[in-house]
Amino acid sequence: MSEINDPAIVGHQTPRIDGEDKLTGRATYTTDWQVTGMLHGYPVPATIAHGTLEALELDEARAMPGVVDILHHRHFPELQRSPNSMKHGDQVSEVRLPFEDERIYYHGQYIALVVAETFDQARAAALCVRARYRREHDVRPGLLSGDAEGETVDDYSRGDPDIAFASAPVIHDATYTIAPESHVPLEPHVTLAEWHGSEPRLIVHESTQGIFYERNALARIFDLPAERVEVISHYIGSGFGNKLFMWPHAVATAAAARLLGRPVKTVLPRQQDMMSTGQRPASRQRIRLAADPDGRLMAIHHDSTSETSLVDRHVDACGGATPSAYACDNVATRQRLLAVNHGTPCPMRAPGEVSGIFALESAIDELALELDMDPLALRLRNYADHDPQRDLPWSSKQLDVCLKGAAERFGWAARDPRIGAMRKGDEIIGYGMASATWFAGRQPCEARVEIRADGSLLAACGTQDIGTGTYTIVAQAVAELTGVPVASIDVRLGETSLPAGPLSGGSMTTATALPAVAAATRDALDALQEIAVGPGGHFAGHDRASLEVKEGALVAKGQRAGFAEILARHRLGSVSGKGSAAPGGERRQYSFRSFGAHFVEVRWDPGISRLRVARVVSSIDVGRAVNPLAARNQVEGAIAMGIGMGLLERLEYDPRDARLINANLADYRVPVHADMPDVDVELLDYPDFRFNEFGARGIGEIGLTGIAPAIANAVHHATGKRVRDLPITIETLLDSPLIMT
Amino acid sequence: MKPFAFSRADSLETAVEYRQAEPNSAFVAGGTTLLDLTKLDVMRPSRVIDINALPLEGIERLGDDRLRIGALVTNAELARHPAVREDYPLLARAILAGASTQVRNMATTAGNIMQRTRCPYFRDVAAACNKRQPGSGCDAIGGINRMHAVLGGSEACVAVHPSDMCVALAAIGTTLTLHGPQGEREIDFADFHRLPGTTPHLEHMLGDDELIVAITLDPPLRPLGTAYLKLRDRASYEFALASAGAMLSLDDGMIGEARLALGGVATRPWRCHEAEALLVGRRAEEAAFTQAADAALAEAQPLSHNAFKVVLARQAIVRALRDAREGHP
Repeated sequence: MSEINDPAIVGHQTPRIDGEDKLTGRATYTTDWQVTGMLHGYPVPATIAHGTLEALELDEARAMPGVVDILHHRHFPELQRSPNSMKHGDQVSEVRLPFEDERIYYHGQYIALVVAETFDQARAAALCVRARYRREHDVRPGLLSGDAEGETVDDYSRGDPDIAFASAPVIHDATYTIAPESHVPLEPHVTLAEWHGSEPRLIVHESTQGIFYERNALARIFDLPAERVEVISHYIGSGFGNKLFMWPHAVATAAAARLLGRPVKTVLPRQQDMMSTGQRPASRQRIRLAADPDGRLMAIHHDSTSETSLVDRHVDACGGATPSAYACDNVATRQRLLAVNHGTPCPMRAPGEVSGIFALESAIDELALELDMDPLALRLRNYADHDPQRDLPWSSKQLDVCLKGAAERFGWAARDPRIGAMRKGDEIIGYGMASATWFAGRQPCEARVEIRADGSLLAACGTQDIGTGTYTIVAQAVAELTGVPVASIDVRLGETSLPAGPLSGGSMTTATALPAVAAATRDALDALQEIAVGPGGHFAGHDRASLEVKEGALVAKGQRAGFAEILARHRLGSVSGKGSAAPGGERRQYSFRSFGAHFVEVRWDPGISRLRVARVVSSIDVGRAVNPLAARNQVEGAIAMGIGMGLLERLEYDPRDARLINANLADYRVPVHADMPDVDVELLDYPDFRFNEFGARGIGEIGLTGIAPAIANAVHHATGKRVRDLPITIETLLDSPLIMT
Repeated sequence: MKPFAFSRADSLETAVEYRQAEPNSAFVAGGTTLLDLTKLDVMRPSRVIDINALPLEGIERLGDDRLRIGALVTNAELARHPAVREDYPLLARAILAGASTQVRNMATTAGNIMQRTRCPYFRDVAAACNKRQPGSGCDAIGGINRMHAVLGGSEACVAVHPSDMCVALAAIGTTLTLHGPQGEREIDFADFHRLPGTTPHLEHMLGDDELIVAITLDPPLRPLGTAYLKLRDRASYEFALASAGAMLSLDDGMIGEARLALGGVATRPWRCHEAEALLVGRRAEEAAFTQAADAALAEAQPLSHNAFKVVLARQAIVRALRDAREGHP
């Protein structure tokens, strides 16, 4: 492995290679796929959250035009559950199979799948399915509707926090909550399943962040060898985590296709997408900080509870970032889990940690106020210059550069720390800041690269591009190593017939896929060089080590032969290289994390209770950003999402019966363009070669961490009201001492 | 969406005949309410009657200085019409504060008046809703009612009338022209929407075989200061938590005529006559504005989650009146 220094293409702004296809509609999303003879599935959701399905009345629906069949708990094949193992690559989002029993565990759980000739026919018939339930009254409406804490599933400690608390001169102790949030990917979940042959093969088109996980899970569930299942996902209209692992609609759709002997496509309507394909679960977190009068942290307690469903276990580990966040000898975290009558939650962008960082970074701000310190100074005072959790050096940590640089660009020094002291017209200005962090991880990965007779290259890897720009960075990596322009590099992703690639999750795709692509590129170049120095070659008799790769050609001693010329001379269509990469021993030597800082200005008009985010200044340290254009886009999008988390987004479950009442895009509020503030994102450029040869960590999630607490801290500065419950709706500020009513 | 028959009406007479022949039919113009609610199975028309070909376009000034607006004029068209922008800025601002560009391009004037509530329990056929299914109860009153009405509600229904445009129509003074089997009749906009009372499914005074063909705005106030202030969770594409439409004509700082209406807080477009009466003849200053706001909200009956709307509505009134004063020529 050689470090890629002074790169020509990597690290430079590169327009998406699939941008034109997406803009012109040529990019085929799963929803767009049409197959001859295809039927359409439309699930029927349960209208209660807790009870038993007593009867289904299907006669009216069956008689509707175009209806082919209706699957349900008494008319569904016997299937096996997936072992549901992350380690073994067959994890699913909800392990319970569709229609497995007659229990109703959550509102929106599928009770039937109507299959018809057209989508509209399937939907019309689905509305005619009548269900009779026996409701039960001991419903569990949600963590935040009660005070149950659930079972402990994980804990961590170092030092002795309790002793430190007993003697600490300054203590902060507060509880923070976050409402459940929906991922709201632009493209809803969709499955198109078709079966072929007497020794059956299952081909599934799915909008998924993990084609191999879905393939493996389908193989287990339908009892097939994995080689006979293919999952295809060329374009994905984002997922934010709720497309990582397969949901029951895919199983129901594949079962329907097998049963009926025809391809079946199921596109979830938005309502069902929000009800039954996961959410960020609600959390309640208690943070206790102990400090000396100079602001040195003596101890941290971080106790969290998150929700899961009654049919699967998803742990949203809120305390994940806390043990390594600050230099502090005594730290304890505890994670609890409470099962409620909601659909199964799942990871959502920066899962767990983004929630934990809201609590921790709010608490740090509160501590700074108690100590009469600048919150920025308090963070620098407790700066962890090595990883105190693992007692290892950081591979590269530029958080201090982020904090100071963003503060400078923001104008933090001009802040008047008194509450409500900064005004403009009717508005009070509030400043707040918070740190951001997300772990850097890598997975094993394989790739293939072909050099082709027309001078173009093909790079193939069984990962997928969820809209973040994976196609483009793969092309950049190949271009960097071959000198062939990005425009002449084809990239194939999103098929399980390709070399095994990673899940698009955890911000790990860049660091996972690019080293494998680089290895495959070098292997292909090696094959070409072998031919070129062989009998009859352009460089016959040369030492291979003397050959250089330059601008799509091999070069030695003033002589140059293009890749295409070499292949043509030997009448070869292509040469191919394979590569694989995996994390190595570096994890035992270093801790790997990305870091950042957000500074937020809010404007609050106490005469009309209007609260808006006016300005965000961020500095982000992810090593090297392979494509700064797409990387900046990730952070800007994360800031939008953070404004939603901070001020707007909340799935509302009726506390009487746990029914979800706002599963639509009008009543579940995501930020719109008019909510977007001035955004100034700086991407630092400190390549992390201890992590991989590209120096890149990953950027999908870090931008979201720290936005919500920076907003909450700014809201406090403007209003004097400390809001510890997200989202910060405007009514929570009505008891501010500065309100005008 | 369940199957339905579809017909195009080529005259007012045929439109009415279709309705008379099939009581469970529905007119469609822009479709921004009907299609949405039909997909949700909340509305189940047996026949949809397309009225877009009817001659209900056009905006014209009448001899008495009133402005007549065809029922099929789109919200976008209405908001950008020079006569509206010049003489009825409150109407233009209220329309532009609502929905999105795409929706305003489709939605019509009469359709906006006829739009249904956004109450989530109304829009969910599995919930109890007296408006959707008379006698079934109201899940909102004991449920999540943050968005619901604090004015004009009843024990049967607290659903908000969601229109911004109608707030302006209420303040301006508007007459509706309806067409039915007996020809045309007129009704004051103030009498058109009903309070829910014990019959929340009856939302307006339009007969089963009638349709709105035009609306006519009262003559403009001159000189006029005007403001439409909409308070909401996000900055756009969002229904009001509370909105206030204010019109003031001032003479040397004294209020000559005052008009005030509220949105987002009431079960129907809500004109504040008592508040207006308190303003007339007073100096246009905060004391008067606050008193007007108190009067406007005196009858407010908040629910478990929306007491803040009373505060918000007061704030909206005081600020809208101030802005109307500031905008006065």
